[in-house]
Amino acid sequence: MQRHLISAADLTRDDAVLILDTAEEMARVADRPIKKLPTLRGRTICNLFFEDSTRTRISFEAAEKRLSADVINFAAKGSSVSKGESLKDTAQTLEAMGVDAVVIRHSASGAPYRLANSGWIDAPVINAGDGTHQHPTQALLDAFTMRRRLIGADAGLGRDLDGKRVTLVGDVLHSRVARSNVDLLHTLGAEVTLVAPPTLLPVGVETWPCEVSYDLDSTLPKSDAVMMLRVQRERMKAAFFPTEREYSRRYGLDGDRMAKLPEHAIVMHPGPMVRGMEITAEVADSDRCTVVEQVANGVSIRMAVLYLLLGGKEPAGTAHLRTEEK
Amino acid sequence: MDTHANQLNSDARPVLEGPDIARVLTRIAHEIVERAKGADDVVLLGIPTRGVFLAQRLAVKLEQVTGRKIPVGSLDITMYRDDLRMHPPRALARTEIPAEGVDGRLVVLVDDVLFSGRTIRAALDALNDIGRPRAVQLAVLVDRGHRELPIRADYVGKNLPTSLRETVKVQLAEEDGRDTVLLGAKSADQ
Amino acid sequence: MSKILIRGAKVLGGEPQDVLIDGELIAAVGTGLSAEGAEVVEADGKVLLPGLVDLHTHLREPGREDSETVLTGTRAAASGGFTAVFAMANTFPVADTAGVVEQVWRLGKESGYCDVRPIGAVTVGLEGKKLAELGAMHDSAAQVSVFSDDGKCVDDAVIMRRALEYVKAFGGVVAQHAQEPRLTEGAQMNEGVVSAELGLGGWPAVAEESIIARDVLLAEHVGSRLHICHLSTAGSVEIVRWAKSRGIDVTAEVCPHHLLLTEEMVRTYNPAYKVNPPLRTERDVRALREALADGTIDIVATDHAPHPHEDKDCEWAAAAMGMVGLETALSVVQETMVETGLLDWAAVADRMSFTPARIGSATGHGRPVAAGEPANLTLVDTAYRGQVDPARFASRSRNTPYEGRELPGRVTHTWLRGKATLMDGKLT
Repeated sequence: MQRHLISAADLTRDDAVLILDTAEEMARVADRPIKKLPTLRGRTICNLFFEDSTRTRISFEAAEKRLSADVINFAAKGSSVSKGESLKDTAQTLEAMGVDAVVIRHSASGAPYRLANSGWIDAPVINAGDGTHQHPTQALLDAFTMRRRLIGADAGLGRDLDGKRVTLVGDVLHSRVARSNVDLLHTLGAEVTLVAPPTLLPVGVETWPCEVSYDLDSTLPKSDAVMMLRVQRERMKAAFFPTEREYSRRYGLDGDRMAKLPEHAIVMHPGPMVRGMEITAEVADSDRCTVVEQVANGVSIRMAVLYLLLGGKEPAGTAHLRTEEK
Repeated sequence: MDTHANQLNSDARPVLEGPDIARVLTRIAHEIVERAKGADDVVLLGIPTRGVFLAQRLAVKLEQVTGRKIPVGSLDITMYRDDLRMHPPRALARTEIPAEGVDGRLVVLVDDVLFSGRTIRAALDALNDIGRPRAVQLAVLVDRGHRELPIRADYVGKNLPTSLRETVKVQLAEEDGRDTVLLGAKSADQ
Repeated sequence: MSKILIRGAKVLGGEPQDVLIDGELIAAVGTGLSAEGAEVVEADGKVLLPGLVDLHTHLREPGREDSETVLTGTRAAASGGFTAVFAMANTFPVADTAGVVEQVWRLGKESGYCDVRPIGAVTVGLEGKKLAELGAMHDSAAQVSVFSDDGKCVDDAVIMRRALEYVKAFGGVVAQHAQEPRLTEGAQMNEGVVSAELGLGGWPAVAEESIIARDVLLAEHVGSRLHICHLSTAGSVEIVRWAKSRGIDVTAEVCPHHLLLTEEMVRTYNPAYKVNPPLRTERDVRALREALADGTIDIVATDHAPHPHEDKDCEWAAAAMGMVGLETALSVVQETMVETGLLDWAAVADRMSFTPARIGSATGHGRPVAAGEPANLTLVDTAYRGQVDPARFASRSRNTPYEGRELPGRVTHTWLRGKATLMDGKLT
């Protein structure tokens, strides 16, 4: 693995499977009376959030604390970001404080890449979502959820998602989740189809390693998993689609559409859901919907990533794993 | 000793063969029953990888002796190691605690080779996060000496005096295709 | 000393000749000229060009003296072989009145390194709503003849039409920054495969091309002269080619960086590559080079855009757009156009001196290297190759995309009306 986790595209198939396998063991810690491991004791991790995201932040925080790391939460809001204190100044402050890793969320695409590659800071950088670019741990927890549900927790160990058909529906244009998922799912051997109105697909999507369709109904019967992406109501104002009603009619997932899925297929959502827009309450609350599981899996995946990046003297290599030292 | 260090020189010689291993496990099973007064509350926890296979074999022997099913599981100690920062992170192995749990029971940790004692120290820490056994004992196939911590085994298959220039490798049919314990010189790059 | 003999210079890349400067003028061009009473500069096979003219420079003064001043900017110009630069109007305050353009013009005169020709804003405050006093700026001491809202597009078709018509009265020209504003809201880089992957707001080629198409039609309709700033796409080239074939009076410029760099550089998220218009694709770069070679694009202009370090040492979205260019322009043109065989040095003189001077009505500049002409000259060591070191720039800003890149050519001497502004690579 590389020193930083900036993009899902940076992960090899073996890296990704190692993370999923490690997460499988981490998940078992959650079932124990003492949900804590001493592994990162004495290491300081900063959650540097330039953009509000309570869910992602507490997920990372839970993962860090379960691994016994010292956690600093740095929420840089509005004023300090724009002019007062720059990303560079913040990074150098953290470096001076001796943090061992930075988890960064930023509204600007590429900010984690800049942080990792500008010489501002020496610590490993983990991207917790940047602009409309990438959100690699989200893609990993989604892949983990799919592997558990479609193959099985134990049966899935060591395996990728070869041949699984995954459909991503919604605002691909503005979605870092979609980008990360397309990259990672392709690496793991899944067949990905994007379904969206043409206005919500980026120019250049034809070069992505996936299929593109404008028709949800014909895609659903061929899906093992369907992931609904959040569609913000504000998009309507920029004429990406005419009305909320028309959007949900053409691209929303309701009970009737869910019935078109194969029996084993699951419905996923990165959250937060906009009920009534991309997903109806009936679907969101059904057994096939994995939203709550995804949240739990997020902690396990983040523990795995933190362990593999910070648990040793250097990031885990997949070629020379050591298992048996006495 | 790690997988890499297990690359023995070709002059490695067997110190225990298949039948020897079966015999010492039978002996250990009897010792456990004797010392644990019937082994009513024994839980066997093997330390991955080969300790798990040994624990499973021991459980079979104990069942033969006691006529009862003995709970057996595995305890991965990777996350509790004291040398994590000296190497790249290791892949995790499975921790599988039997349904009976460990609280109030006699846990017998099972491993293949007892050397520095650091693995067992980590295992005791790991066990501490899982529950509170009545007592913890240790069974190993080979004790090769050179302890770095105040730890000793309760049940030893074979005491094997070694030098630090030597390496001990346990091979088990489940993992390696045959049962044997090899003693050899460390290869030059160790 | 008033006489200078430049010995053995390849004038416009031709056979080595001597050039004698006497006072402000070229006294003679020939072989074996007498050095008597003259300071001798051994050209030793270097190429002698007419002083370069940049139709598109941001000098930042007044208002952003932290990034550049007229003095530092003209020193940078002299270092790069320029003897005249046109200073864009997007200063603070905006150069939309006779007062501001005269201030810039006067600062240029005082600097002495390079003639400064102010460009006047087309609209008040660059806001695109109300015509600035174009005539007053022309009638001022600065004699403004080029008008541009550069940095912003004159997007209102009626305002653009009126501006094109109005400046005819005094032979002015409107230089359009072609960027449809609605199509480029939140735009961060060229829209395409790379922007989709990087998650950066897309800047579609059509935002540039649609404005150019509209404006050449407007220019045709009202019979005016139009200049288009920094063409960056293959489509823009096609439109200009079509317009010229119809006889529309349009000229166009290309920036050195658009001849060399592509959007692939943005993968580093390094704001040194953030520029307006954005870096485009390999295909666009090829089309721009061909168009500059065949004359569809008339000139090279630097769009020298200095920014202080802190405006670039940040995340991409927060960074300012623009690159400094005066001190690397000729090297990039040599790399992309001369060494590829697309242009010879005589054609470089045309694209970087004769034609820009003509478009901007810069009298005394862009003249042949001949007896009786003003001695505005640039001597270039074309055999040189070296890495770009921003620390050695004369510009106050260092925001170059070429840091550490090896480029050919180095300007060793620049003469402004017979006075050396750059000698042996050092500013005088």
